[in-house]
Amino acid sequence: MAYNWNWGVFLQPTATGGDETYLGWMFYGFKMTIALSLSAWLIALAVGAVVGVLRTVPNKWLSGFATAYVEVFRNIPLLVQLFLWYFVIPELLPEKVGNAFKQTNPILQQFLASMVCLALFTSARVAEQVRSGINSLPPGQKNAGLAMGFTLPQTYRYVMLPMAVRLIVPPLTSEFLNIFKNSAVCSTIGLLELAAQGRQLVDYTAQPYESFIAVTIAYLLINVVVMFGMRWVEGHVRVPGYIGGK
Amino acid sequence: MKNIASRLALAVTLATTLLSAPVMAQELNGTLKKIKDTGVIALGHRESSIPFSYYDDKQQVIGYSHELMLKVVDAVKADLKLAKLDIKLMPVTSSNRITLVQNGSVDLECGSTTNNTERQKQVSFSNSIFVIGTRLMTKKDSGINDFPDLAGKNVVTTAGTTSERLLRKMNEDKQMKMNIISAKDHGEAFLTLETGRAVAFMMDDALLYGEMAKAKRASDWVVVGTPQSYEAYGCMLRKDDPAFKKAVDGALAKVMTSGEAEKIYAKWFLQPIPPKGLNLNFPLSEPVKKLYKAPNDKAFE
Repeated sequence: MAYNWNWGVFLQPTATGGDETYLGWMFYGFKMTIALSLSAWLIALAVGAVVGVLRTVPNKWLSGFATAYVEVFRNIPLLVQLFLWYFVIPELLPEKVGNAFKQTNPILQQFLASMVCLALFTSARVAEQVRSGINSLPPGQKNAGLAMGFTLPQTYRYVMLPMAVRLIVPPLTSEFLNIFKNSAVCSTIGLLELAAQGRQLVDYTAQPYESFIAVTIAYLLINVVVMFGMRWVEGHVRVPGYIGGK
Repeated sequence: MKNIASRLALAVTLATTLLSAPVMAQELNGTLKKIKDTGVIALGHRESSIPFSYYDDKQQVIGYSHELMLKVVDAVKADLKLAKLDIKLMPVTSSNRITLVQNGSVDLECGSTTNNTERQKQVSFSNSIFVIGTRLMTKKDSGINDFPDLAGKNVVTTAGTTSERLLRKMNEDKQMKMNIISAKDHGEAFLTLETGRAVAFMMDDALLYGEMAKAKRASDWVVVGTPQSYEAYGCMLRKDDPAFKKAVDGALAKVMTSGEAEKIYAKWFLQPIPPKGLNLNFPLSEPVKKLYKAPNDKAFE
């Protein structure tokens, strides 16, 4: 195959003028991917923990609501959710609010839509992990807590959650890795994150292999760091006597 | 008996080789050889570049560029004296089209691909098939008449296009403080304009007319502004394949100089076209007229 390799392309000044290089573009995308994924992950953890707990409570209304939440956000494809947040929701708002939102800086609009979309999609998955963590505990723990005179919220707070959260660290690692990879979907609404910058590089320089190899390495780098970080967390919080515990 | 048979076979082979040799002055190589050996030509097309290359309501590929590409296929088939030439259609996007041509998945791509010098390092371009100018589409009452009016406003364009590049450069050079939105495709860019996220959409004029014709109310929109660049669309083929390029160029030149191209132009730009029976009403421009008179493969950059 006749391909014209040129790794020096990253150090060339961009075709749009200014004193940026293509490497600068890639780095901008790299930072955007990290900012987007981390902020979405924090929201997903908070919302997911609450919804996950609600799925296991005896109150039918609360657990019904939580189940509906999980099913909606887990069963609609991520791309469709993103388009809903970015294109449809602003049209459903009162016209004044919607128009005000649409006149703001487009990068802010794209970032907010992407963050909310990724966060809620991932929160449904986190909720399922939290629920399975809680359900995996022997029923005796809850009963013992209640017999000690704890209220139900106290039993969750002091007995069940401290156990459940530690048990679900390994599956949460996968979700944490997924959120970085899923963030690439946000390039479809024009957010210039890592994948989008990679594609942009192809368009501007016609050097697809160099661009995609660089993007691949950047994603690998992020995920290796996340993996080692989570493994460290896992080592520190594992429950003695359980699978994987010492 | 066997001996005679094999001698006969040898004689026949020799005779055919000798007879056919003058017809094929040179030995075939590259894409033409591949086409002759396999009896298949792989064509790359776009899915929604109206009216250049897109699907109609029956999922058939149609369009101005596609029709020209089929003319080239007919010529290649005649050149190679093939009784039957199968066409393999392969949809391509702006991001993967160069790679697919390079790796052999696609032999020829005619869509809405601009011929420029960066791309010439990776692929080869045929005689140009169209010339566009990059302009703006805006609402009739937006007050935008030309590019300087865009300062400080939200402007949308399609990712990966020359318009995007020019717009970013203009923003940088003239400090216009525009917010530039890069949409994934033309349809999405127009949606961004239609929903009021941007005041103007910068793109190839022909494609702007195509989007305008699809709009809910075409009369709300207008194409304005001095063209910021002229670009030549060409068909892409593999680099360093002079025989195939010559065949493609020859076929296109013949269509253009014979006046056939003008008829094809009228069919796609001045008459109602599928899927909705829209008329783009995009008159033949001077650069295209010139191109038809003197076909060439020059990039405008």
